[in-house]
Amino acid sequence: MEPDDLRVALAALSTAPEQEWLREALARVAREPDDIGGLFATAARRCGRAALPSAPGWTVDEAARALLLAALPADQVATAADTLYRYGDAAEKRAVLKALPLLPIGAGAVPLLHDAIRTNDTRLVAAALGTYARHLDQPMWRQAVLKCVFMGVPLNVVHDLDTRADGELATMLAGLVEERRAAGRDVAADALALLDRLAAAEGKKA
Amino acid sequence: MRIFDPHIHMTSRTTDDYEAMAAAGVRAIVEPAFWLGQPRTNPGSFADYFDSLIGWEPYRASQFGIRHHATIALNPKEANDPRCRPVLDLLPRYLAKDGVVAVGEIGYDSMTPEEDEAFAAQLALAVEYELPALVHTPHRDKARGTERTLAVVAESGIEPGRVVVDHLNEVTVGLVRDSGCWMGFSIYPDTKMSPPRMVEILKEHGLERMLVNSAADWGRSDPLLTLRTGEAMLAAGFSPDDVDRVLWRNPVEFYGQSGRLDLSDIGEVEATFEGSSIKRGGS
Ligand SMILES: [Zn+2]
Repeated sequence: MEPDDLRVALAALSTAPEQEWLREALARVAREPDDIGGLFATAARRCGRAALPSAPGWTVDEAARALLLAALPADQVATAADTLYRYGDAAEKRAVLKALPLLPIGAGAVPLLHDAIRTNDTRLVAAALGTYARHLDQPMWRQAVLKCVFMGVPLNVVHDLDTRADGELATMLAGLVEERRAAGRDVAADALALLDRLAAAEGKKA
Repeated sequence: MRIFDPHIHMTSRTTDDYEAMAAAGVRAIVEPAFWLGQPRTNPGSFADYFDSLIGWEPYRASQFGIRHHATIALNPKEANDPRCRPVLDLLPRYLAKDGVVAVGEIGYDSMTPEEDEAFAAQLALAVEYELPALVHTPHRDKARGTERTLAVVAESGIEPGRVVVDHLNEVTVGLVRDSGCWMGFSIYPDTKMSPPRMVEILKEHGLERMLVNSAADWGRSDPLLTLRTGEAMLAAGFSPDDVDRVLWRNPVEFYGQSGRLDLSDIGEVEATFEGSSIKRGGS
């Protein structure tokens, strides 16, 4: 996903006044970066919240907010992302997390992922495990995946799941499965399937 | 019965309450920022509280199918503490948020000069951010407190139809009705107002601009007293449509004036005011 893809997806779905608002907001943010706070907060009311069929996993408000961040002068993006996340409501926080891989910020925003993974809001935990999660170190990434299984977040939100999943994650998952079964509780099918794939890969190696 | 509780402090309540409220027909709520019982000593403490009102608490509510909105303000009691005054500078950031549908609770606690100043400043913010205002009336010296409250509201230039004056009783309701402001009633287990007394007030003063809430918080209170009031109305001969007006359409009309009320996906609900979304993604 690139900013241009989001622009195209939005154009296909928005009404003329919504597009006009966003065009002006983007121009203003490029000119007056300090104005982004108010525009970011009102973006959902002005642009809508529908799912974007041509950008799977994105909604209109998230895409509009990502474009606002991308419209900032490059040297101000990292600080702005941090501030908008810190003072955002849950939807704004999620939009910042989803925008991170599109922004010229390197690995600087990893603390935001850590914050999101500490929450108990499944929407934030899920948003922290997109492509930007490649900057998470392996122990934190495993903990986050395990937390998804624990909270019932579907594992298809996890970017690069099969490439990154390792023996240590398999051990942790197996422990959770054992606890749940001892308590007479179910484990999500996608977690069991992952465990099977990891076991099969281990078998092949041996 | 579908119920919109226009004033309830869910931060202080358990998931058992959410469950019972959902079962009773509560589909939407407004949680005003207020005193937490324990005085706060710095603005950061408020910022975290406001963040939870637009972050964690709506998430908790959503797990029970209840739509959560908030009102944000520095409450009158803590406006008296100089350490908390800088909270006024934090407000603009929060008043821009989607889930914030009014400035509140503002008003008087002990009617000090500090309260005067915070009250007027926050009414001005309501005008600036095009939000309604939720005004609390003092528990002590209520009649004179209500008169003074209405004078400050009139002076601020905010439209009376965009103000609810809350915690009213038999003595103060007439004053507020004549002012054109909305009338809020907090139904409590043993003080302030009870369901039978509320029904008498509705018989005498009509249903227009009337809001009934549980104001349930960390004190002795009951989040189902909105339902009990609806039942008492029916028993007294009000129609189901009358009950729906008081417990649903009136709060939708009042807070809908914010243009931010989001009642999409919660059953056959029609937004009645411009800007408030009807269906999520209706664009
Ligand atoms: Zn209250």
